[in-house]
Amino acid sequence: MALRKYEDLNDIHLDVLREIGNIGSGNAATSLSGMLEHPVYITVPKISILDYAQVTQDLGGPETMIVGLLLQLGGDVTGMMMFLLHQGFAHMTLNALLGEDIQSFQEIDEMGYSAIKEVANIMAASYVNAISSMTGLTIQITPPDMTIDMLGSILSVPAIYYANISDKIIFIEDEFGSEDTKAPSHILMIPEVDSLGKIMTNLGIDFSE
Amino acid sequence: MSKTVVVGISDLNVVGPPDVLVTYALGSCVGICLYDPAVKVAGLSHIMLPSSDLSGASAGPPMRYADTGIAMLVSRMEAQGASRLRMKAKIAGGAQMFAVISNSAISNIGQRNVTAVKAVLQRLRIPIIADDTGADFGRSVFFDADTGSMRVKSAAKGEWTL
Repeated sequence: MALRKYEDLNDIHLDVLREIGNIGSGNAATSLSGMLEHPVYITVPKISILDYAQVTQDLGGPETMIVGLLLQLGGDVTGMMMFLLHQGFAHMTLNALLGEDIQSFQEIDEMGYSAIKEVANIMAASYVNAISSMTGLTIQITPPDMTIDMLGSILSVPAIYYANISDKIIFIEDEFGSEDTKAPSHILMIPEVDSLGKIMTNLGIDFSE
Repeated sequence: MSKTVVVGISDLNVVGPPDVLVTYALGSCVGICLYDPAVKVAGLSHIMLPSSDLSGASAGPPMRYADTGIAMLVSRMEAQGASRLRMKAKIAGGAQMFAVISNSAISNIGQRNVTAVKAVLQRLRIPIIADDTGADFGRSVFFDADTGSMRVKSAAKGEWTL
């Protein structure tokens, strides 16, 4: 039986995804560090298959204010990638890139939006490049679109998109930081199930049961 | 003591006074508030997608879709003494949170949800007396069973009552 839902992933599949997440996030942290011109550490990413309600609760509830960035994946792997950045991450980035001392989301101006989008773009590119080079698959990403709003309304976008496939998503939790700042961020990788199949197959993992 | 009853995503509920129904952080989803002022029965449905037909065999729970969700809400309210003929609707949500999604099955899903909700309500002959849909921001909705008023709360633009 072919795999149709994220819930059908077994422990080996999850380990593979965890490893992909590790390498992807590591690459993303390296590019972040390069952009910010100071060392960025990264905790070992936690990877889980969670339903939306659980993700919403884990991140502080539906009305939590958060920065959301959405990119679409194209080429051999189709789907979406979403970054959810807490205020700390936005501060760290803007302070380092623009020298602005941002205290609240309201203070982020157009320049700030562009800067965060650019950071997400580069992180996403290095993330998918890691998957590409491991699997030999071509993956394109669209430039990110960004909004700052309630977590629930942001998460409703992938939830709706995949409502008929699964109530669950692959959830990668990273924490980036420097000596003085902790900057939790979350990456949601939401490949279509058949794209997930291609990734596994190209890595030599049996994906047929 | 007034109680607040939370309606989750793809869910619905019915209360009477003095209770308040709330659904948090509608994005492209639509919140449908129905009220029968004569008996003060209030219902709230939080739908994600326009129609259960589109999903075919893989259709999820009926509360997820505009067509089946609203029909279910109406019958739940009728079971508590409300009459469809007296019901009025207030709707909110249906935003487009991200512009990036183009040429895919869900481009403009917020707008399509709103269109579907309006068509279903029209078919049921339930008039829409307040409409706060569209734009690009999230909304939380509080629906008061005592007054039938709908309070909409947004992150960036404050809150207002309809």
